[in-house]
Amino acid sequence: MDFTRFVFYVFAAVLVFAAARVITVRNPVHAALHLVLAFFTCAGLWLLLEAEFLAITLVLVYVGAVMVLFLFVVMMLDINTSPLREGFIRYLPVGLGVASVIVIEMYLVVRARNFGETVIAIPARHPEGYSNVKALGGVLYTDYVYPFEIAAVILLVAIIAAIALTMRKRPETRYQNPVEQVAVKAKDRVRVIEMKAEEKNP
Amino acid sequence: MIALSDYLILGAILFGLSVAGIFLNRKNVIILLMAIELMLLSVNMNFIAFSYFLEDLAGQVFVFFILTVAAAEAAIGLAILVVLFRNRQTINVQDLDSLKG
Repeated sequence: MDFTRFVFYVFAAVLVFAAARVITVRNPVHAALHLVLAFFTCAGLWLLLEAEFLAITLVLVYVGAVMVLFLFVVMMLDINTSPLREGFIRYLPVGLGVASVIVIEMYLVVRARNFGETVIAIPARHPEGYSNVKALGGVLYTDYVYPFEIAAVILLVAIIAAIALTMRKRPETRYQNPVEQVAVKAKDRVRVIEMKAEEKNP
Repeated sequence: MIALSDYLILGAILFGLSVAGIFLNRKNVIILLMAIELMLLSVNMNFIAFSYFLEDLAGQVFVFFILTVAAAEAAIGLAILVVLFRNRQTINVQDLDSLKG
């Protein structure tokens, strides 16, 4: 067993452990933190597969942004978790049964006889100085430039949707009304009153 | 060295765990969202493994787009969750029956 294999098994064990904790742990904050561990471990596995850019992206985007957003929301909401756990034991056999059926079926398809080392050869490592980012960028900005722009539009739509969903009008908040501001006239602003002068010390 | 089947089996185990998570935490929307994220992670793992072993960068480009869409989905899902909690004071799926479906 060489070192790469050892690293793979360690990372796979940590990944499966973290995923199992995500779905079984009682506290949603702990679940989010275990999900962070799962993402981080997965980034390590992707480094083994020479997908450096995506591994770093996973850490930056998921661990850095999405999971922090999850933690914000989980900590902001005051959730009583005990009613949410009802039925956990009741659905345990069904859930485990369906999951094990899926895993067994997938195993029968993707086992070593069909996708093993002898069927699909392990490619040689890229030479020193090969840049995964450069190669990915070369493909992304030429062949996939339209999907890339659509992805940008999707992100923009997501930003607008998230803001539009969570923004609310409070009654005490004061807003400017540009229509009224523009339509105002000088005679509406200043009112000249005729009155007698007031003496200070009569 | 590690064969393609090892990565694919790992992805299958991850996917099975997230399916089990959806069954077990049917009432907690936050955990459901996390299970969906795990599912997407296992799919991405398969894509990257195939991309490496078939020496084709298209798989990695696809993972890039999945990450984009998943980030958008998580943002909108959490926004819906916040609005839901503000209006109903609960995130229990069982209480969300106003549509009488």
